[in-house]
Amino acid sequence: MTAADLTITQAAAGLASGEMTSTQLTEAVLDRAAMTEAVLHAYLTMDRDGAMAAAAESDRRHARKDPLGPLDGIPIALKDNMCTHGVETTASSKILAGYRPPYDATVVERLRSQGAVITGKTNLDEFAMGSSTENSAYGATSNPWDPDRVPGGSSGGSAAVVAAGSALGALGSDTGGSIRQPAALCGVVGMKPTYGLVSRFGLIAFASSLDQIGPFTRTVTDSALLLDAIAGFDPRDATSFRGEYPNFSDAIGRGVQGLRIGVVKEFSGEGFEPAVEAACSSMLDRLSATGADVVEVSVPTVDAALSAYYLIAPAECSANLARFDGIRYGLRVSGATTEEMMARSRAEGFGPEVTRRILLGTYALSAGYYDAFYGKALEVRALLQADFAAAYEKVDVLVSPTSPFTAFKMGDKSQDPLAMYLCDICTIPSNLAGHPGISIPIGLDESGLPIGFQVMAPALGEPVMYRVAAEVERLATFDARPELAGVTA
Amino acid sequence: MPIDIDIAHVARLARLALTEEELEGYRRQLGDILEHAAHVQDLDTSSVTPTAHPLGFVNAFRDDEVCPSLERAEVLAAAPEAREGYFVVPPALEGS
Repeated sequence: MTAADLTITQAAAGLASGEMTSTQLTEAVLDRAAMTEAVLHAYLTMDRDGAMAAAAESDRRHARKDPLGPLDGIPIALKDNMCTHGVETTASSKILAGYRPPYDATVVERLRSQGAVITGKTNLDEFAMGSSTENSAYGATSNPWDPDRVPGGSSGGSAAVVAAGSALGALGSDTGGSIRQPAALCGVVGMKPTYGLVSRFGLIAFASSLDQIGPFTRTVTDSALLLDAIAGFDPRDATSFRGEYPNFSDAIGRGVQGLRIGVVKEFSGEGFEPAVEAACSSMLDRLSATGADVVEVSVPTVDAALSAYYLIAPAECSANLARFDGIRYGLRVSGATTEEMMARSRAEGFGPEVTRRILLGTYALSAGYYDAFYGKALEVRALLQADFAAAYEKVDVLVSPTSPFTAFKMGDKSQDPLAMYLCDICTIPSNLAGHPGISIPIGLDESGLPIGFQVMAPALGEPVMYRVAAEVERLATFDARPELAGVTA
Repeated sequence: MPIDIDIAHVARLARLALTEEELEGYRRQLGDILEHAAHVQDLDTSSVTPTAHPLGFVNAFRDDEVCPSLERAEVLAAAPEAREGYFVVPPALEGS
């Protein structure tokens, strides 16, 4: 145990009381990272100098008793698809090697303006496309619970650093489950907000109608705290939510008495590991015993959601990634004409999964196929939303396993795109609907690997989602930490 | 049945200069994925209108205010080739 093992809430109390300084805390976290990185490879870039300078500034504010809020002095990591002014941002792609953005993403601005210490940039599947963090041009990240296994993805680096104590919290992005699934596989809390609640300005786009930034933390309380810090209207994101919404931290600690919890019937049975089903079922019994009304609910379209997602996400990706043309930034491979230069640069710069999705999306949008594939997928999306709306007339939240299985071995699924796509079967529907979802660790399987429990809510239902998540956390009493070959024990 | 696609045409549309061998690999994989994705066609969607936005927002306007833009030198510094304030590219038209 060092300061690197504190929760954000504990560390914030220590900083506020003067019991420790941000310099001490940040050093403890960077020391931890220096040990764990040899095994994990969860960071692509560490900004030691920037972090220590930000910590020193935070200490001066705390000494004056004038901190910028609860995050002032707290070390936070960022997924490497969020632009950081002057600090390399690659989205784990060769096509962006060496790219130093001329601006900060809105979430980065917001964190800095509240005094957070940015530790560095974490590894991901290239352009956030994948579920294992194996599709990184800079090498895979390991799961802190077993380095031979994947941390999940695409935000695997952010999940791993929070699990290992090489940051107290981190931001990830979730297009089909890329925050919740790695959180489940790494035994931390990962949350995807309602679409539009957190600005996407400065997030390197994958699928714009699905992408959403959210927090990784070790506790539900920390999750709400970090979401409070990054949420809010941003005129630079045309899809940013303009309305009123409550403070999320206030939702925690009120229990689940009288709440109606719907168990998604479709997320069980074939393909779901028995240990995962047993842990979730035991949690449902405990929720019921503590006063919640637990009922089974059918959301029939969730089965077709995966098919719709693998048309919509690639379609949007093929449009978004057209910007990588070898002209304004990124890799250029020379050619006799602009078009030849573009085609060569893109073929050389994109990895296989990104290339596959660009081709898939281009096909689904091309003349003659648009109606049968992309158009039809958008109708299925509407059908799913109607299904969810009907379900939420009966229940306050929906629950399921976050992932059908615990962390799998590296290489197990990397040669089979369809098997990899099935990782996100429980998380994709929330993205298509624009709803919030959170994964909370509830136990370990027989191999000592974490199991995640998902709580979903309707749009802007974060308060009730956090209320249930906090109770799940309290009932699970999950306090195991990865030993990481003795490094963090 | 896997769906057969004209992969060379799709790669041209996507501006990806792939080898014959790569094209063949992607052709087979995409056929399998599309076979699965084609399940969307099995559903009766006559009761709904297609949606691309999860919350149904329309027309996001902001005030038309003058505000600073990015530093030109910093933006051009990220470009593979720039000269006198411009991005430099090879000829855009063949034979030009």
